Amino acid sequence: MVIPQKAIDSVNKNKIGLKGPLATPIGKGHQSLNLALRKTFNLYANVRPCRSIEGYKTPYDDVDLVTIRENTEGEYSGIEHVIVDGVVQSIKLITEVASRRVAEFAFRYAVANGRKSVTAVHKANIMRMSDGLFLQCCREAAEKFPEVQFDEMYLDTVCLHMVQDPKKYDVLVMPNLYGDILSDLCAGLIGGLGVTPSGNIGENGAAIFESVHGTAPDIAGQDKANPTALLLSACMMLKHMGLGTYGSKIEKAAFEAIKNKETRTADLGGKATCSQFTDAVCRYVD
Amino acid sequence: MRIKQIYPTYRQTRCLHYSQSSLALSSAKEHSPLVGTKPVNTVTLIPGDGVGAELMGSVQMIFKQIGVPVQWEELFVSETSSSRSASLDDVLKSIRKNQVCLKGVISSGHGVSGVSGELETLNMKMRRALDLFAYVVHAKSIPGLLTRHNDLDFVVVREQLEGEYSALEHESVPGVVESLKIITRGRSERIAKFAFDYAIKHGRKKVTAVHKANIMKLGDGQFLQSCEEISELYPSIALETMIIDNCCMQLVSNPWQFDVMVMPNLYGNIVDNIAAGLVGGAGVVPGENYSEDYVIYEPGARHSFHEGVGRNIANPTAILLAASKMLAHLNLHHFSSALSSAVYEVFKSGKVRMRDMGGQATSIDFTKAILQAIRL
Repeated sequence: MVIPQKAIDSVNKNKIGLKGPLATPIGKGHQSLNLALRKTFNLYANVRPCRSIEGYKTPYDDVDLVTIRENTEGEYSGIEHVIVDGVVQSIKLITEVASRRVAEFAFRYAVANGRKSVTAVHKANIMRMSDGLFLQCCREAAEKFPEVQFDEMYLDTVCLHMVQDPKKYDVLVMPNLYGDILSDLCAGLIGGLGVTPSGNIGENGAAIFESVHGTAPDIAGQDKANPTALLLSACMMLKHMGLGTYGSKIEKAAFEAIKNKETRTADLGGKATCSQFTDAVCRYVD
Repeated sequence: MRIKQIYPTYRQTRCLHYSQSSLALSSAKEHSPLVGTKPVNTVTLIPGDGVGAELMGSVQMIFKQIGVPVQWEELFVSETSSSRSASLDDVLKSIRKNQVCLKGVISSGHGVSGVSGELETLNMKMRRALDLFAYVVHAKSIPGLLTRHNDLDFVVVREQLEGEYSALEHESVPGVVESLKIITRGRSERIAKFAFDYAIKHGRKKVTAVHKANIMKLGDGQFLQSCEEISELYPSIALETMIIDNCCMQLVSNPWQFDVMVMPNLYGNIVDNIAAGLVGGAGVVPGENYSEDYVIYEPGARHSFHEGVGRNIANPTAILLAASKMLAHLNLHHFSSALSSAVYEVFKSGKVRMRDMGGQATSIDFTKAILQAIRL
């Protein structure tokens, strides 16, 4: 299973992509297509802004943070082997190049989006060499951006405080696995994967924005799906392309539609179908 | 055939499943001198770093006031102030002799080579030397302590000797570091069996195995396989499996679904902390370390709270609840329940409240309130 050459050419030409969910069949043995996309376009940073959605109440209503996750290495290198029967070794790879790249991106993102601070999340007390290297790269990147405040915090401390007081956090940057876990934790705070946007940034300006929920085959074709995640990802895309005014307008309209029970979709406890929600957003934009 | 192979290896069940009291009684008889007419248990006490010394003070004060028959063997242990610290050998000797220990948090330094210049922390060395393979955090809501989710009561069982904490790292070429995560069938089976035994002993119905086997197919795959095999020995306990990222999402949106959870080292660290945060923070959750022969009780979320040193603001609840669990293990059930009931009563009445409850009470105020609430 490979990505069709046409798709590769298209993304290389246009540089920006918007993607819906892609299922990876379990047990088929071939590499997931999501992973293939990441490798092909060298998508090194995964960005997930998490903001509490006005109108969709969760126990956490003051979340406004961004998780930036190194997307190419770490624990997801896929390098594993059975050394002797019953003993498995999985290799976590941390390189200076990748760590530096994502750290500098995090600071540039903070500056570009008016964020005040970047926190490096790590476990360098336990994984002294690997996370130590990651942390060192973050510290060096911080020196290049003195206008942005820099903090470092242990992963477990972040988790502990995140569920008690998430408004403490602004931009968080971290290696692959922690990023995967923390970004999903934060998505859970604001309402789940159905309302969470996500962007993957590659080198040379390439970027693919996507919704991170599943393919939901059970409701496909029934006009029931909630397009919020994909819509917000598209808004992120517009901001990335310099069309931020449009992005903000659509975002605001989407939040208005969610506020109203009549126009929000069933998964958020509302009554609207997918097309009804879409119509409402179009109305609110005007 | 498989069942016969597994069962005899797991003598650790002795410390939980068969009879805590028999183990405790044997320790009381063999190792403790008689003081007056009551046998006294000797317990190793390690205050730890940060606010550890202050918090131990709370425990010692209460124990003395209510006449708990426990004698402390105190050892100063620190990785960050290693020159003043007792040697690892002395610590191990003490714990092996007393078999029960109450400890604060020992900080690990961080950075490319840590404080000691070694890759393995002092905590890891202790755990490995004593074979403390299981770490148990009981996340239980405290009525009166306002949190976003109430009435929680679940248990996190964490394998704490292997996984990502192997301390096996190397720099293959400059700027390229490999860190090894080790998962073995033996230890996976052992922790799974511990979790199921724990579930049986405490009347629990479900064990959730947390993993990332979709990505770490061999490593976490082995862990998952071990859980599935062990679960077949326990038809009355349901096994559920859940990927760690989904698990974190579920913990913040629907934590009531969880009963007993079992997982490898790093995920355990994460889930322990999320669990502590959900029920009120690092100051209120106890932790227990088990090997086949020893138990070490400590604050569940393992944060030394350096910022709180000397300010009399650290919450003694976690260490007091840990001490209460220790008393139960020593077969001093009357003292154990009197202590935990007193803690719960102080929270419920809401008259004396510390910072994390929106009040101004100091550690000492809170300790005194708990002491006053003890009914023997």
